Amino acid sequence: MTACDIPALPRIPGITGSDTEPRFHAPWQARAFALVVSLHEAGAFSWTDWAAAFGARLGRDTALPSAATTEDHAAQYFTAWLATLEDFLNRDGSAPAPAVDAAAAQWQRAARATPHGTPVLYERGAAETG
Amino acid sequence: MPHDHHDHDHDHGSELDDMTARVMALETLLTEKGIVQPAALDAIIETYETQVGPRRGAEVVARAWTDPDFRDWLEKDATAAIASMDYTGRQGEHMMAVFNTPERHNMVVCTLCSCYPWAVLGLPPVWYKSTPYRARAVREPRAVLAEFGVTLPEGQSVRVWDSTAEMRYLVVPMRPEGTEAMTREQLIDLVTRDSMIGTGLPLSPGASA
Repeated sequence: MTACDIPALPRIPGITGSDTEPRFHAPWQARAFALVVSLHEAGAFSWTDWAAAFGARLGRDTALPSAATTEDHAAQYFTAWLATLEDFLNRDGSAPAPAVDAAAAQWQRAARATPHGTPVLYERGAAETG
Repeated sequence: MPHDHHDHDHDHGSELDDMTARVMALETLLTEKGIVQPAALDAIIETYETQVGPRRGAEVVARAWTDPDFRDWLEKDATAAIASMDYTGRQGEHMMAVFNTPERHNMVVCTLCSCYPWAVLGLPPVWYKSTPYRARAVREPRAVLAEFGVTLPEGQSVRVWDSTAEMRYLVVPMRPEGTEAMTREQLIDLVTRDSMIGTGLPLSPGASA
């Protein structure tokens, strides 16, 4: 079999030949990564279980177009990472999905209510309802 | 990083993107329950952004090139040999070192997700985690190598190793010719990250930065 038998294979994104590519392409990706490492070290799940669930979740993603950038691939990867983590935490009850939705909405309100240059405080999102 | 700044309206605050808000929500809930500590998360990020990287793997490879006893140990029990240099994995994984020879080139992938020897190479590059690499490395390794600019001699076969959560691989490339007089410290600079994944070859003497 030659490469010609497999048409339209996307080229591999992000080959830079350097070892200095950023480890994370957005702060939330680093935070989501650290949450999983920290929870695993605290015994919340085994790495085997994590890899199996994460791999299954990644396998359901549709392939990105070949024009996708390295950043797009990083975002897709960490979106699956975060979705797997949310599943685990919803199932074991430590962060049920409705509570995550509510806390995320509170952070959104807090950010909107905070003038630029001031730290966004979670409490600031609490006052407003709905 | 693209998400540091969202909006520059100083009176009306800013919008958080959904992913950022969800990660902050998880951190808030888990911190309130005492399950995670923000300072511990900071420390993990700092470690993987600045401390753990492919330099460690390069030290292992350069030592294998210059110390025959260590090379044998690495071949027989890479987990122990690497642990003796204080590089141990956080996930209890086993390590296996696969040695390139004139007859066989080794290349590593994780077809399932992104299993990778963090302890010696740091975190994987995006391409290693991307679907095209995971799908193609096993199916057509020579075409993949060509995209990395690597063309192997006809007589050299390619063996692709599929990592798992329990087993991670480190490729030990062949020591480049013309390096007989070099010290171990000098050799370390020739060992690139990609040469330890198998998608590259070590630098030639004089080519290192």
